[in-house]
Amino acid sequence: MSYNWNWLIFFEPSMDGSHTYLETLIWGAGWTVATALGAFTIALTLGSIVGVARTSPVTGLRALGTGFVEVFRNVPLLVQMFLWYFVLPELLPSDLGTWLKQVPNAQFYTAVICLGCYHAARMAEVVRAGLESLSTGQRMAGQALGLNLVQTYLYVLLPMAYRIVVPAITSEFLSCTKNTSVALAIGLMELTGSARAMQENSFQIFEAFTAATTLYLTLNLIIVFAMRAVERLSVVPGYGTTKKAG
Amino acid sequence: MLSGFDLQAVINALPYLFMTGMSFTLTLTLFATLGGIVFGTLLALMRLSRYPALSYVAAGYVNLLRSLPLVLVIFWFYFLMPYLGQWVTGGPRPMRIDPFWSSVITFTLFEACYFCEIIRSGIQSLPKGQTMASHALGLTGGQSMLYVVLPQALRNMLPLMLTQTIILFQDTSLVYVLSITDFLGATAKIAQRDGRLLEMYIFAALVYFVISLLASHAVRRLQRRVAIIR
Amino acid sequence: MITISDVCKSYGQFQVLSHCTTSVAKGEVVVVCGPSGSGKSTLIKTVNGLEPIDSGEIVIDGVSVAANGTNLSMLRSRVGMVFQHFELFPHLSIIQNLMLAQVKVLKRSKPDAKKKGMALLERVGLTAHAHKFPGQLSGGQQQRVAIARALAMDPIAMLFDEPTSALDPEMINEVLDVMVELAREGMTMMVVTHEMGFARKVANRVIFMDRGEIVEDADKDAFFGQPRSERAQQFLSKILVH
Repeated sequence: MSYNWNWLIFFEPSMDGSHTYLETLIWGAGWTVATALGAFTIALTLGSIVGVARTSPVTGLRALGTGFVEVFRNVPLLVQMFLWYFVLPELLPSDLGTWLKQVPNAQFYTAVICLGCYHAARMAEVVRAGLESLSTGQRMAGQALGLNLVQTYLYVLLPMAYRIVVPAITSEFLSCTKNTSVALAIGLMELTGSARAMQENSFQIFEAFTAATTLYLTLNLIIVFAMRAVERLSVVPGYGTTKKAG
Repeated sequence: MLSGFDLQAVINALPYLFMTGMSFTLTLTLFATLGGIVFGTLLALMRLSRYPALSYVAAGYVNLLRSLPLVLVIFWFYFLMPYLGQWVTGGPRPMRIDPFWSSVITFTLFEACYFCEIIRSGIQSLPKGQTMASHALGLTGGQSMLYVVLPQALRNMLPLMLTQTIILFQDTSLVYVLSITDFLGATAKIAQRDGRLLEMYIFAALVYFVISLLASHAVRRLQRRVAIIR
Repeated sequence: MITISDVCKSYGQFQVLSHCTTSVAKGEVVVVCGPSGSGKSTLIKTVNGLEPIDSGEIVIDGVSVAANGTNLSMLRSRVGMVFQHFELFPHLSIIQNLMLAQVKVLKRSKPDAKKKGMALLERVGLTAHAHKFPGQLSGGQQQRVAIARALAMDPIAMLFDEPTSALDPEMINEVLDVMVELAREGMTMMVVTHEMGFARKVANRVIFMDRGEIVEDADKDAFFGQPRSERAQQFLSKILVH
């Protein structure tokens, strides 16, 4: 094989001159984590609202929720990224658009909002599935006690729905972390983007991508372990079984 | 805001967008789906086999690729395949591989992992009685898998596999990172050449939206019909 | 206390409730029975507005259930309901189940709600389980907690929707005992049930429903002694054989 291996490339200065390649890659991983956390926070909040809207008895809300989900699920993520980054500033009044284009770290904020909306649509379906798996009697029991619809969702339905769908939430979070890589197309220097830049600069292709792979696998493990802890905390004692004891 | 919207630019570009761009996207989707299902079935069978070596290798491969972003995998295969080709053919330098075939191989190998999980769950959700009945009739393990289990598992999982195909269709847009001209790539080229980012990207989004929406509605209708028959 | 006047309800073409008229006076215990599909569960759910009605009127203590200006939340807090499948909130402990609506709807303080909850648990004999979760209790225990949960709101009337139908036979009596005591204390009760032994013990009146209509509405002794309609007679003969 006519490839020159050089594993010491990581300790050589990278394209900006002041950091080693290893440091640049770790910075990239940092941007990946930051983008994923920011996006997933938006996804959880917005997704819950839309998911609730899709199960509500109000037809208008249901239609809006369905519309939101269909739009953000049927357009590829990369295309959505381009719309937010290139098209949105053009659609706004010219001074607002110009300001948007000059915001520092615009790629980061764009990526967070874009990924946030994309995963909000998927979280909405997860939350909806969780709510629909509850028996209708739960809502009736809450309302029979005098709780209004909002209180019933807040104190009775959503707490159980979230606990039921923790595995799905884990899977979505992992997916969100991987999807941050798409932001390299708008210039965000997250992990894959940094590895690509390193490859283009140093020609040490496989070292760069091996490092990125290792870092992604590590991130994966961390998230899986963290979510397992969440899963253990969210266990509802005895749920799904009614014992005959006592 | 919309005063500069130039519909004519979009209309002029239509032949290029669809003849060059969309045909690439659709062919890639088709090949990768077929390849992905075939390889995915193979992986599923390996994971469910009695031989730990086969099972672990398949599981390791699937879990590895499912933990990595598609963009990274695209880069990996794009750079790895020429060297592998050189190694396999014993040539003097890395083999040059056509971007289309490089993409087909990449997407086949990647999406096969997702198809594998779908097919595996389809096989495992079949009642054990089916295998028992075919063994009782004298069919070997291989025959019962081929004639009894797989046909049913694939039929049951058809809606999920079609949904995965729609996801694949959207994922193909990522070949953009290698500057390959699929539908999105073609759109971007026109957008940059004519300075018409607004119209072109909105048009691309609409096209993807309409195709995906129609396809997923068709799958949902199919799901309901299959559910009734069951 | 509760008046149901000419109530009709249909799901599309299917007429679920057909001109139902009856009432429950203060302190009265009314048992509603009938074959499955007769609409008795639907009828009792219309009383506290969980199921909307197409026409007719339902009045509880002077307040109309279906009227536009009615504060349904307040009304429901004054009428307790016990469900066939208990419907305790699985993510809350037993005592938290009893406290939730007291705090959020009646605006009681948490210590007061807790005191009331513990007192009611004592009444149904389950104080030891206060900090357990519903999934850890048997069906009979869960239903007794459900009754306590409804009583915690100090209701003026209690509605029961087949409270023992989902219980194993050995647990039915522990729940019926609680209900009998409640009746003897003078609670206004409307109970959908198959348990005719309970009806004979504490009911004042028995209503027989069939295919969405109230076919018979008589004093307990009259009903069991000589039911007037043939359908009621057939129904009774089937379930009283056991």
